[in-house]
Amino acid sequence: MSLESAATLAAPVSRPNAPPKMTGENVGVFYGAKQALFDVNLKIEQFNVTSLIGPSGCGKSTFLRSLNRMNDTIDGCRVTGKINLDEDDIYDPSIDVVELRARVGMVFQKPNPFPKSIYENVAYGPKIHGIARNKADLDEIVHSSLRRAGLWNEVKDRLQEPGTGLSGGQQQRLCIARAIATKPEVLLMDEPCSALDPIATAVIEELIDELRENFTIVIVTHSMQQAARVSQKTAFFHLGKLIEEGKTEDIFTNPKNKQTQDYITGRIG
Amino acid sequence: MTDAALPHATVTTGASTRRDFGLKRRHAAEFRFRLYGIVAIIIGLGFLAILLVSIVGKGYTAFVQTAITVPVEFSASIIDKDNERATNPRVLVSANYPIIARNAVAKALGVSTDDKAAMREIAKFVSDGSRSMLRDIVVADPSVIGTTRNVTLLAAADIDSANKGQIDLTVPQDKRKVSDLQVGWLEQLKQEGAISTPFNWGLITFGASSRPETAGLGVALVGSLYMMAIVLLCALPIGVAASIYLEEFAKKNRFTDFIEVNINNLAAVPSIVFGLLGLAVFINFFGMPRSAPIVGGLVLTLMTLPTIIIATRAALRSVPPSIRSAALGIGASKMQMVFDHVLPLATPGILTGTIIGLARALGETAPLLLIGMVAFVADRPTTPLDPATALPVQIYMWANEAERAFVERTSGAIIVLLLFLALMNLAAILLRRRFERRW
Repeated sequence: MSLESAATLAAPVSRPNAPPKMTGENVGVFYGAKQALFDVNLKIEQFNVTSLIGPSGCGKSTFLRSLNRMNDTIDGCRVTGKINLDEDDIYDPSIDVVELRARVGMVFQKPNPFPKSIYENVAYGPKIHGIARNKADLDEIVHSSLRRAGLWNEVKDRLQEPGTGLSGGQQQRLCIARAIATKPEVLLMDEPCSALDPIATAVIEELIDELRENFTIVIVTHSMQQAARVSQKTAFFHLGKLIEEGKTEDIFTNPKNKQTQDYITGRIG
Repeated sequence: MTDAALPHATVTTGASTRRDFGLKRRHAAEFRFRLYGIVAIIIGLGFLAILLVSIVGKGYTAFVQTAITVPVEFSASIIDKDNERATNPRVLVSANYPIIARNAVAKALGVSTDDKAAMREIAKFVSDGSRSMLRDIVVADPSVIGTTRNVTLLAAADIDSANKGQIDLTVPQDKRKVSDLQVGWLEQLKQEGAISTPFNWGLITFGASSRPETAGLGVALVGSLYMMAIVLLCALPIGVAASIYLEEFAKKNRFTDFIEVNINNLAAVPSIVFGLLGLAVFINFFGMPRSAPIVGGLVLTLMTLPTIIIATRAALRSVPPSIRSAALGIGASKMQMVFDHVLPLATPGILTGTIIGLARALGETAPLLLIGMVAFVADRPTTPLDPATALPVQIYMWANEAERAFVERTSGAIIVLLLFLALMNLAAILLRRRFERRW
């Protein structure tokens, strides 16, 4: 499958007038004295999949983690510039990270289910945020989240078994179910398929395409084919700078920047 | 064609031309290393076996005690010669019970109570502990006065030793603790079936005594139990809370580095220094009672804290960071992350560290000497504020006694202490299993 045809498969949802869900303005990230990200300006459209690509160490994961302030947990990490979620500046002191992370969920590179039952894994978020009013409510959220994550048929008979006993691909879908159970507005995915085999990867990619009906998704990926297959917008990072961003089909068929072209054709990276 | 020209061909053509990878040398080195390991383990196990055989061999006899069952005549003329027990119950407490015991044994042996020399020998034949034993019978039920009953009296410590074969009867009579007359009586009573060796409950119920046959670990056991409870109640919450704060919440800076270095140093401070600290702070400054388990428990708490903190921090650090990210990523607060996910995963490690710390505290002697827990305490303490001793201190005190019967009691007490340590380790293993299965 050529890159061009792959890109056209995932046609962008046309909502031309909708304001961007998240905007980064002059975002810079420092780890101690070392600057890892320089002046990134990026708009993330609602109900679209935005993929961040680039070689290792280019700052794409750093940018992703600054979108829900997971960088806060790293000692000595400092973020400059401004990131807005709808109208709210997420680095404003009045914003609580707990609320922010309930609105901006995250799926990590390595599947990291809690060493608890499958049910408990999905129910934990709704429980701590008080989303479910009663047990029936909670059951409903857990079941629908597992269904939307495409895991329901595989686990419906063993909800009380440990989540760590599932296969790698199933664990990652469990993590996605866990993330969407808190009903976030934005879903961040940090190389969600890098630890999975091609079949599990295909399942997750299909899932991402379905999820964008309800969620705004930002995905970091090393695989350009994956970016082409699942995303509507692509941003290319290199050495901590945002080199080029735009519609995925444009980036892959007609990059404006020489570095982008070198990267997608495999000359750097 | 030479080998040098065709190196690959030489590798594949037959065993004689295989390349030398030094396999023989590597296998020999591995074999030697395994041999060293096995030898080290055998030496370790050997010493452990010697230790256990020596202690159990010396100490197992302490768990039985020679007793003499004879008909005892509770003669009213001796217990209450003025017949005033209805008005003055004190007479029942202060009556001359040893004479009753002696007369009973003399009668059983067929010795005349007028034979002064023989009666002196009999006085050394029966334990002086029969005084309180008979008194308890009479005080509990005064109607026994004037009747005759079969009572099991403790034999004196030397007779007990002789009965257990611990006294060499071939040495001349004047150089050993039991006379030929007493040995004869012992044989005579054995023939009559009056001598028995029941399980020595006294070893774990009696308090301190200068007579071996009535000395026991009761006070020490209660004291140690109180101290362990205090250590557990104080050191576990403080230690775990301190570790959680340092590991999960505190910023890494010079001040926390300084605290960390100091905690590690505290773990290496000799225990006797903690004893001095306890003496200065708890007894002299706060005015707490001397010899009390509460002070001992607090001193051992201070001693155990660094161990628990170090073990807990290691357990917290071993929880994979991905679990923390997962919890934070769905919007758990830091506290929810710690208490819902990190702490449960760290529990087995924390418990192991705590029980190792407790076991160390249970065997600790030096700091207790300084706060006065090395004392002659005959009555079991009812609260942690009452004077008590501790198991290792009791062992230390008995080891200083000269009588043959205290030698076996020392080893017996060591067996009890080792049993407690084994039980604690077992508890650690069971708790670990339980918590690991849950997760």
